[in-house]
This record gives sequence, structure tokens and C-alpha cells, in this order.
Amino acid sequence: MRHLMSPLDLSVEELDKLLTLANDIEKNPGKYAHACEGKKLATCFYEPSTRTRLSFESAMINLGGSVIGFSSADSSSAAKGESVSDTIRVISCFADICAMRHPKEGAPLVASQHSSIPVINAGDGGHQHPTQTLTDLLTIRSLKGRLDHLKIGLCGDLKFGRTVHSLINALIRYPGIEFVLISPNELRVPEYIREDVLIANHIPFVEVERLEDAIPDLDILYMTRVQKERFFNEEDYIRMKDFYILDKAKMELAKKDMLVLHPLPRVNEISVEVDNDPRAVYFKQVQYGVYVRMALILTLLEIEV
Amino acid sequence: MLNISGIQEGFVLDHIKAGTSLSIYHYLKLDKLDCCVAIIKNAKSQKMGKKDMIKVECPIDKLDLDILGFIDHNITVNIIKGNQIVEKRSLRLPKEIKNVIRCKNPRCISSIEQELDQIFVLTDEKKEVYRCKYCEEKYERKN
Repeated sequence: MRHLMSPLDLSVEELDKLLTLANDIEKNPGKYAHACEGKKLATCFYEPSTRTRLSFESAMINLGGSVIGFSSADSSSAAKGESVSDTIRVISCFADICAMRHPKEGAPLVASQHSSIPVINAGDGGHQHPTQTLTDLLTIRSLKGRLDHLKIGLCGDLKFGRTVHSLINALIRYPGIEFVLISPNELRVPEYIREDVLIANHIPFVEVERLEDAIPDLDILYMTRVQKERFFNEEDYIRMKDFYILDKAKMELAKKDMLVLHPLPRVNEISVEVDNDPRAVYFKQVQYGVYVRMALILTLLEIEV
Repeated sequence: MLNISGIQEGFVLDHIKAGTSLSIYHYLKLDKLDCCVAIIKNAKSQKMGKKDMIKVECPIDKLDLDILGFIDHNITVNIIKGNQIVEKRSLRLPKEIKNVIRCKNPRCISSIEQELDQIFVLTDEKKEVYRCKYCEEKYERKN
């Protein structure tokens, strides 16, 4: 029995197989409509995350399975002080697979050690959110046709953004990957990503402050939100906030086939005027999120269709 | 120099950084062993100027010495049998450390989960980096 705690739990070959399955699900949804009949997914969400939870639930329903679960710690036995290891032992009696979201880092790992059903980490604090990374990879591979030989711009809050760190870790396993890291000085990638991941693996990267300077060369632009409270002073925030807002004018500088991704929710870092640009794929990305979760559920339940 | 008699079977931990022998005493859980232990502090050393030493009289399989590699791999471990040094064991960084150090990340599950083992994993042998098994927070040595 396997669990999914980090995107790196899957080898490049396993990942390739999973993404191919997701693409087959996209093309032939009917073929998979009853694949999980009689199976139950438990969504154990100790903190609210409507988007991720609904994506998992939708994935299981698309496969003909059913869903049980809770959407906040208040409505679970955690409010009575039950440990994660006890909760998962109980949930193992009710469901066939579990997606767990928890504010404490490592909670899904603890659950997996006591579980008799596969556990999927659906986000543990600022640590990992593997199904977001799988979603990003599926989106890129489906729309670009490859995961290698790409110049990827990561823009916004690169210091605290776990989706960015996960994506870097996942993409460096492919040949010909280059990164352009676009952020204010205060929000540059942490030292352990720069030193231990990028430099240690000889991955070419540059760090720049302005999106406009970087955008013309990019194959992929991965946007994240820059929150005002992350800045040390108001002056810097005012000076730089527009650097990280993607609008029509900046899109005109970009390649005709560049893709814009965003883990969502968006606030104002992508102007709504960009939404109709065919290169803006962040809503398609949400749809890919459902396909990749369907593929993951099938893979972990070892169901072949 | 203070004279402490030899031991029949056990260990002599030599070249311990002066002043750290008591913490090693606790790391090795020597307080829980019912055997003869001598701690020598601030002994003269040609190599180190001052050093600490610990002599333990106990069967040689009684102690888990792996943890010494994590604490200070410059310590020399002499294994004694029949009053003689039979082996000088070199220390290596243990792959995993269980219930010796605690994760300081307040967002880590190990801060709230009942009776959860505190486990750190060696993730970079060259840089001697240990990370919490659960949240991957790096363990920062005090020094």
C-alpha cells in the first residue's frame, strides 16, 4: 500500500504514468465513470480549504465512488483532543482512501504510519501540497507537450510560497530546465532552495526584480500573490506592487505560446483583462487538478481500467 | 593527575570537548544504567589543551554509541575487554536520531501529537544536516 506525502514520492517514471492516465481520463471520462463504484474517499480537512476538498470530492464522484468527511477541526473529534493517529485508525474502518488537510506539518505522514488505507497529503501547513504540484505538472505537460527544456518564470512571493518550492523540486528532475525567479528582494526563494536545490543540482537560474524584464523569454509564467503584509515597509510595497501584476501590456511582451499558471485564489496579481487571453490557463489548471486527483485515487487504490 | 582505576569490560570515551561530558552522560542515558561510571572533567590533553573523559563499566552491547557520532564525531571510543583496549571505534553520523533532540517548529505535528517519537533524519552527510522526519525543519546546533 502506498501513500502520497510529497511530489517526490513518485519517481519520474511513475509520475509519467500517472500523468498519462490523467490525460486518458480527460479524453475518455466515460471509461472511468464506474471505476470506483463501492469505494469511499474520506476527506479529513482539519482546516478549511474548499477548493482542494471539492476537487478531491469531485474526482471521486467522477469515478463513481462516494465521499465522506469533515471540513474543519471543529466538526471532528480533534476538537475533543483525539490524536491524528487515532483518527486515521477509525477512518480506516469507514473508507478506502483518505485525503488529509492539516495545519500541522507532517500530520498526514503520522496518519500514514497508522493507517490501513492509502493517505494523500492534501496540504500540511506550509510544508507540502503534492496534488497542487501534480496539477501544475499535468497542466504544463498537457498544454506544452513536455516537462523538459522549458524556461519557467516563477513570480511573486517566492519565500513563503510552498507551491513554488514544490514545483522547483519536481521540475529539476527533467533535463533542460531553467528558472527565472521574479520577486522583490524580501521575498526571494529561501537559501535552502537556492543553495541545496538549484546550485547543488547545477540548475541554471537568474533572480530578477521586475516581471517586465523577464517575461519575453519565458515558456511558462507561474504567478503567485504578493501580500502587502510581507513587505518590510509601505514605501517598498508602493514602489514594487505593480511589478508583480500581470496585465495586458505585460502579456504583449511575452511569447505567443507562453502559458500563465496560478495556483489560485487570485486577488489582483493577474488583471481580469488577461483572463480571455488563450495563454491564460489558470482555470484549465483547476480542471486538470480534478483529472490528476482521479488518476491518483485510481493509482493508490490499484484499480486498473 | 587524578587517578581512576582501569575497567574490566566497558568503554572509555576520550577526547570529549571540555565541559560537555555531562550532556553526553544524559544523551547516552547513563543515569539509567546500574553500572560504574566515571566522569573526568578538564583533564590535560596535548591535542586539545583540556578534555573530558567518560569511563563506563558495562557489557559492551549495553550502550547505543551511534548517537555520539551526532554529538561530536571527534570523540574517541575505546572498547575495553579484560582490562585491554580491544577496539577503537570510529564514529559516524547516525542516519536517524530518535528521541534525542526535539523539533522546534511550532507548526510541526510533533508539537501536539501524543507520544510521537521525535525523529530526525540525516539529509546531507557533508554538511551534517538533520531534518525533522515530519516537517523537514532543519535542526540548528547551538554551539
